[in-house]
Amino acid sequence: MGERTVVLGVIGADVHAVGLRILDYALRSAGFDVVNIGVLSSQEDFIKAAIESGARAILVSSLYGHAELDCRGFKEKLQEAGLENILLYIGGNLGIGQKNWEEVEKKFKELGFHRVYPPKTMPDEVIRDLKKDLGLEK
Amino acid sequence: MKAIIFDIGSTFTKGVAFDLDRDEIIGKAKYPSTVNEDVTIGIQNVISEIERQTGLNIRDFNIKKATSSAAGGLKIIAIGLVPDLTSEAAKKASLGAGGKVLKTYSYELTNSDLDEIVLLKPDIIILAGGTDGGNRYYPITNAKKLSNLPLNIPFIYAGNKDLQDEIKNIFLSKGKEIYITENVMPEYGVINIEKVQNIIREVFLRNIIHAKGLDKVQELIDGIVMPTPLAVLKGLENFSEIYGESLLIDVGGATTDVCSVAKGDPTQSNVILKGLREPYVKRSVEGDLGVRVSALSLFDAAKKDIIKSFSQDKVKLIEEKVKFLSINTSYIPKNDEDLHLDAVLAYFAVKIATERHVGHIELVYTPMGTLLFQYGKDLRELDKVVCTGGPLIYNPYRLESLKGVIYSNDEPFILKPKNPTFYVDNEYIMFAIGVISEIYKDKALRLVEKYINKI
Ligand code: B12
Repeated sequence: MGERTVVLGVIGADVHAVGLRILDYALRSAGFDVVNIGVLSSQEDFIKAAIESGARAILVSSLYGHAELDCRGFKEKLQEAGLENILLYIGGNLGIGQKNWEEVEKKFKELGFHRVYPPKTMPDEVIRDLKKDLGLEK
Repeated sequence: MKAIIFDIGSTFTKGVAFDLDRDEIIGKAKYPSTVNEDVTIGIQNVISEIERQTGLNIRDFNIKKATSSAAGGLKIIAIGLVPDLTSEAAKKASLGAGGKVLKTYSYELTNSDLDEIVLLKPDIIILAGGTDGGNRYYPITNAKKLSNLPLNIPFIYAGNKDLQDEIKNIFLSKGKEIYITENVMPEYGVINIEKVQNIIREVFLRNIIHAKGLDKVQELIDGIVMPTPLAVLKGLENFSEIYGESLLIDVGGATTDVCSVAKGDPTQSNVILKGLREPYVKRSVEGDLGVRVSALSLFDAAKKDIIKSFSQDKVKLIEEKVKFLSINTSYIPKNDEDLHLDAVLAYFAVKIATERHVGHIELVYTPMGTLLFQYGKDLRELDKVVCTGGPLIYNPYRLESLKGVIYSNDEPFILKPKNPTFYVDNEYIMFAIGVISEIYKDKALRLVEKYINKI
């Protein structure tokens, strides 16, 4: 672990577990060390896991439509915890009633996420981005 | 086959003699502990008394072993990273090993933390932090700081595995004694305390007994084999082998100990388990709850409720008496009034200590409605409670005190047992059962059956 450690979980009161399992499997197969904190995870759960595991990225999943509410203040809390440099991704099903994607993306970028993924994103894409952003690409 | 098991406590040195062929207690004695002068004086006096009672000679006893909680017990400082993760795991490990946790620290140790650590005079320091492969900064930084302290005590490292060699060198280069063991939290949320507990016991046997001058007992007996609280915990494990999952409450003058041997899985289907998983064998200690040395802090913790147990005109008197008890720590109740006050104090010690030991449910309001998060063990269905310690063994009002264990509808989210059956360690031998169980398992179990009785 270390260089390739990422924290993965579903935020808020969301119980959609299937995508998480697929991401976990795909990331491990691609050589990442995955700290999977499961569904129903709070912002604090992500932060504590990232500190103890020395993770370099946090991948937040949200399907049930309340991601914006659940992610408010997350960036500030990360700064508070000394994790201001950690890489932050979010994906799943982020907009309620499918607004215009650019708008959704912009909103989550403002909330501090470096990459924001639309529904039905394939794990390969995330893995490619992660390797690039973490400088693991040789 | 005869055995004498001693408990070298902070105030008394006790001894219980057994005829193990007949599963029987044949003698019992106690004498004020003499650890500050010469620990053997207390032991010798207990031996003489037991020889007198049994008509046997000490040489007739094949097993002569002791436990100890003298000289402040096994004083441990636990250091981790995140308070409710590795710090909590290190603390749980220390308690489960029979230690007395002086204080727990998290994140980077500050200069004032370091000063405090020196003043607290621990016997052992446990350093954890980081999952395996995880955080490197905090364990290394704290190790460097700790290695510079003017403390000549053993350190145990139970943090991020990747740093084991580096941490070892940091301490060795400063001439410190360092033991390296498995991480208390190898993976996020996974608690792993058995290995560190074995090391704690090993260090206790190898260093601490000597450091406290207790190794002199070997002139008279085989030796000290474990800290007393660990022996009591092992006693409870034996009880559980016969009767199933159980809880033990030990009210003393200075502390109240609670131990559970139970999974504590949710008993209602709509809750979600949160937080660090609890060890199956869990011990918690409340240093502010006791009926003598800690009577004042207990009184402070529950003043409003304690006062309610007495008529208004008595309140001043009760306060005076509590103060008296906190100074006269070996006071034995003389009349009904004394017994009643002790029982009230014990009730609150039991109540608060049990509340802190068991799990609780937290309501979380979300867009999906209210969710129920369970932290810790749900012991509502647990049905065996063992009590030990003076106020719960000898006080005729002890059943009143024990009501503090029971679940209350007024506090529905504190997961205490709803309908337990109470057992009592009438002969005060739980620790001895723990020691014997490591030598003759079957005999220990028979002693449980015979001497730990339903109330
Ligand atoms: C199965 C399901 C459920 C099951 C979940 C069972 C479980 N434990 O997993 C149940 C029945 C419990 C359920 C409940 C609800 N659901 Co539902 N559910 C679905 C459904 C049909 C499939 C989800 C699924 O498993 N997909 C398969 C996985 C593999 O895909 P995925 O989750 O999208 O994940 C992939 C990608 O999105 C991506 N990904 C996911 N997260 C992340 C994160 C990052 C960082 C990255 C890079 C990528 C990434 O990678 C994954 C693998 O490829 C979807 C509709 C749909 N077809 O998507 C609705 C859906 C998600 N549910 C919905 C709703 C509204 C609900 C409820 C609120 C309904 C209600 N009123 O009760 C509740 C919420 C309960 C709760 N507390 O969370 C809506 C969400 C609407 C929105 N966001 O705008 C959806 C879209 C249905 C709809 N069209 O209305 N649901």
